[in-house]
Amino acid sequence: MMHGFDVVWEHSDRLLWGVLNTIALSIVGAVLAVVFGALVAILLMSPNRLLRLSVQGLVDLMRCVPFLMLVYLVYYGLPHLGIDFDNWTAGLAALALYNTAYMAEILRGIWSGLPRETFEAATAFGYHGPRLYTRIVFPQVFLAAGPMLGNQLIQIIKDTAFLTIIAVPELTQAASGIQAQYFVPFAAFIAAILIYWALCAIVEGGVALIEKVAEARR
Amino acid sequence: MTANAFLSLLQGAGVTLIISLSGIAIGVPLGLVLALVRWRRIPGLSQVAAVYVSLLRSTPAVTLCLLIFFAVPTLGIEIGAWSAGIMTLAFVTAAFNCEVWRAGLLNFPHEQVEAARAFGMTPLLRLRRIIFPQLWRAALPGLVNEATLLIKASPAIAVIGVAEITRAATRIGAQTYEPLPPMLTATGIYVAIILVFVGLQRLTERRYGRGAGA
Repeated sequence: MMHGFDVVWEHSDRLLWGVLNTIALSIVGAVLAVVFGALVAILLMSPNRLLRLSVQGLVDLMRCVPFLMLVYLVYYGLPHLGIDFDNWTAGLAALALYNTAYMAEILRGIWSGLPRETFEAATAFGYHGPRLYTRIVFPQVFLAAGPMLGNQLIQIIKDTAFLTIIAVPELTQAASGIQAQYFVPFAAFIAAILIYWALCAIVEGGVALIEKVAEARR
Repeated sequence: MTANAFLSLLQGAGVTLIISLSGIAIGVPLGLVLALVRWRRIPGLSQVAAVYVSLLRSTPAVTLCLLIFFAVPTLGIEIGAWSAGIMTLAFVTAAFNCEVWRAGLLNFPHEQVEAARAFGMTPLLRLRRIIFPQLWRAALPGLVNEATLLIKASPAIAVIGVAEITRAATRIGAQTYEPLPPMLTATGIYVAIILVFVGLQRLTERRYGRGAGA
């Protein structure tokens, strides 16, 4: 078994490449999901009842779909619509689209729990449209959203492992490649799992740090 | 998509349900044992349980499934795809269930435990007669929530060839060169299953109150 870890260590460059892809997919996917999620959250808080309910329906529907099914739908569906993606981009698109729904729901939840006075005061001072959101609403929402966004980022990191099924070169794919070539399943996948653990621990540590800063600003 | 294809998707749904429910049936009690070990602060075991929960909560189900399916046979134990799939889901959900049970235990009124001790009840009797009858009600909404997440993670076991919904859909897609119709149908089946679980969760929440930590 120790021999297996030697083999994995010899090919650590492949694991490293996989980790870098996992990190890139997670970060770009999360940033896109937060940006689109914030836009969707605005629709979810819209005074227009019909708009609000139909967007909420779409968000709830997305949250009932397993991530792998959405990956397949994007991977097979977009070429159908004439949009051709490589696997990496298809995986990223699925990641961003799927998590947009979760991010929107997180942001909406925090937004609707905030005191209304600041929004009313801002409106009274003539804030409206994009400036109301960028200067008044979202700074407060994001200040309160730290831990939940952190949890979702961990979920995104774990979701990237599904992308191995459409052959995206991420961490699990790298471990699978090493194990298939040298038959060291134990060492290859244990190494991958420990790396996922470290990534999630880094996110948790980062959130704790940001919380301290947020606490000081409150 | 033919009627036959639809039937094999439904069959896949049956496999998904059987494997997920088996995972839950193992994972929920296992989670309770882990939570009790941590709650009673049993030296050594408590730390092992804490590491287990932290590690499994950050492990993707796909990776764990590959590990179990490929590595367990190297230890000289034969394992089929079904058993590997059930073990994967059980191990993952046990870590999350542990946290739900533990939140319930931490919120449990301490006076009751002390009163039971004053009456001379043994730890096991306290658990069986005093703690558990109240604990499961508090934990139920959280456990159902974890069950929903488990169903959403269950396509991970398609990677080792278990013929559940996702696998059935990709197979039909490969045979007919039309992957979208079976994928959309499979997604619809998942949504239906998950909506049932979400409904169950609302029901348990209404009935037993919002569970601690849920």
